[in-house]
Amino acid sequence: MQKTMTNKEYQSYVEKKTPNSKTGRNVLRAFLVGGLICVVGQFITNILKMMGYGQEQVSSVVTLIMIFLGALLTGLNIYDDLGRFAGAGSIVPITGFANSIVSPAMEFKSEGYVLGVGARMFVIAGPVLVYGISTSIVAGIIYFLLR
Amino acid sequence: MDNTIMTYVSAFIVGGVICAVGQVLIDKTKLTSARILVLFVSAGAILTALGVYQKLVDIGGAGATIPLTGFGYNLVTGTFKEVDKLGVLGAFTGGVKAAAAGIAAAIFFGYLMSVAFTPKAKR
Amino acid sequence: MASKRLGKQTVMLQNPPSIISTASIVGPKEGKGPLRLFFDNIIDDEMWGEKSWEKAESKLIRETFSKVLQKADKTSQEINYVISGDLLNQCIAANFGLRESDVPFLGVYGACSTMAESMSIGAMLVDGGFADDVVCITSSHFCSAEKQFRFPLELGTQRPPAAQWTVTGSGGALISSKGAGPYITHITTGKIVDMGIKDANNMGAAMAPAAVDTIVTHFKDTGFAPESYDLIVTGDLGAIGKEICIELVREQGFNIANIYNDCGVMIYDREKQDTHAGGSGCGCAATVFAGFIYKKLMDGSLKNVLFIATGALLSPVSTQQGESIPSVAHAVSITTSLQQ
Repeated sequence: MQKTMTNKEYQSYVEKKTPNSKTGRNVLRAFLVGGLICVVGQFITNILKMMGYGQEQVSSVVTLIMIFLGALLTGLNIYDDLGRFAGAGSIVPITGFANSIVSPAMEFKSEGYVLGVGARMFVIAGPVLVYGISTSIVAGIIYFLLR
Repeated sequence: MDNTIMTYVSAFIVGGVICAVGQVLIDKTKLTSARILVLFVSAGAILTALGVYQKLVDIGGAGATIPLTGFGYNLVTGTFKEVDKLGVLGAFTGGVKAAAAGIAAAIFFGYLMSVAFTPKAKR
Repeated sequence: MASKRLGKQTVMLQNPPSIISTASIVGPKEGKGPLRLFFDNIIDDEMWGEKSWEKAESKLIRETFSKVLQKADKTSQEINYVISGDLLNQCIAANFGLRESDVPFLGVYGACSTMAESMSIGAMLVDGGFADDVVCITSSHFCSAEKQFRFPLELGTQRPPAAQWTVTGSGGALISSKGAGPYITHITTGKIVDMGIKDANNMGAAMAPAAVDTIVTHFKDTGFAPESYDLIVTGDLGAIGKEICIELVREQGFNIANIYNDCGVMIYDREKQDTHAGGSGCGCAATVFAGFIYKKLMDGSLKNVLFIATGALLSPVSTQQGESIPSVAHAVSITTSLQQ
């Protein structure tokens, strides 16, 4: 077959043929679900504050509870459906971080508890820790030097 | 009472907008969720270091701390506090200390859940 | 030149072997699709009583293999070769599924083109007088494929509109030197084609040029035209790839639009079943062929079929390293009567 188009031409032809994501709809869903998850966090925060916990404790306990919820909903096979609907709305909140840890751990349980669950737990969340912690260290050093 | 309701409204709006930004990135750049998470935690850390994110937290409350940018915020505020106390050593100990609850919870609950449950096929 | 060769990439079989039986087993989602009545067995859940997705996929192959034999009333002792492959690393679904088969085993990997690849090899073995009975079989499994190629099942992600849904299922065929058809008459083996598509969520677009290349080459090598067939069917291009395929074949001077379809489009109701661009995976072409197409050939509603299974030859490693997606398509020409 003689090529009727170059690779470049084909790629832009494919781009035209490929339907775009329904961004408007997706963004609205992400906004609503993401907003609601944060409202849940705010609810827990307010209750803890009413119970008289200090600021730092509150933030730790809220994180803990939200991560537990994210992990539980993942275990109950609900978080993936939520994610299919909400996209970034359920990926970006800390519950999504929990989801990214639990889902590979569950998936690779068939490869054992050490190399399956233990090692694969971090395939998605590992980079978050690497870049988050590294960034904070660099920021801390700069802060120290400029202080 | 009015104040309480306002915390929910602003948490909803700030949190929703941060997630909406993530959705635009997913749809327009085809970034996978792993990259989105990395991007958000780093962006949160950098914005906090620049002093911007604190304002967002003051307005949005949980709307700014629950998204993963808030994890970056947590790391950097902890780091700065510890640097004030311990000097350069604090740059290494502060972040993880402040985020300890989140990291430990994620590991522990993650392990428990994966032991207790099995994945199901999507329908 | 070898006496059975025709043109650049085609062989014409002088003693066309018959496909004397086929079998197909599919998962629950496929069992709710438009072709549900044509499959032999629909399993209730993707695990099928096994401990892992991979074991379940091996069981698909194992059970399909014995069903193929049972339908042809043959024992495994009568089978000269089984040719098989799948999508999993080192083709473990086939390796483990056929571990107890006690039949000489040829493992092949052509990604989702495996069904046509194994049928090509099988038909040539039989035509060449090296075998009387050859079983060709392949499988794919949604869960094991997601695990290997994409994300964990429980990860909350969205699938882009061009994404395809890996078929859970296994299809097999028994190719025999004796029998009354349907006959395999021509085989066009595809070249690797890569037009630089890098998006692993748009495999139809990556594979379409390979399908076009093989279809057009098949026409040129054999002198056939689209009118020679009442069905030209590709393996798993999906809705986007199907459209591209029709347009690019037309640009080369052949209009296949009226008689062309794609297994990935046929196997699901894309709207109702939320499968986006359609089905994919080795099992897609294999089950649609072994289920729907073979039965239509047998009841006479199809007479001449060009079956082209298409494979995207990528791996998670190549994708992460930013490589484009090389693809291949193999065509098998099947007819119910030899007097053409």
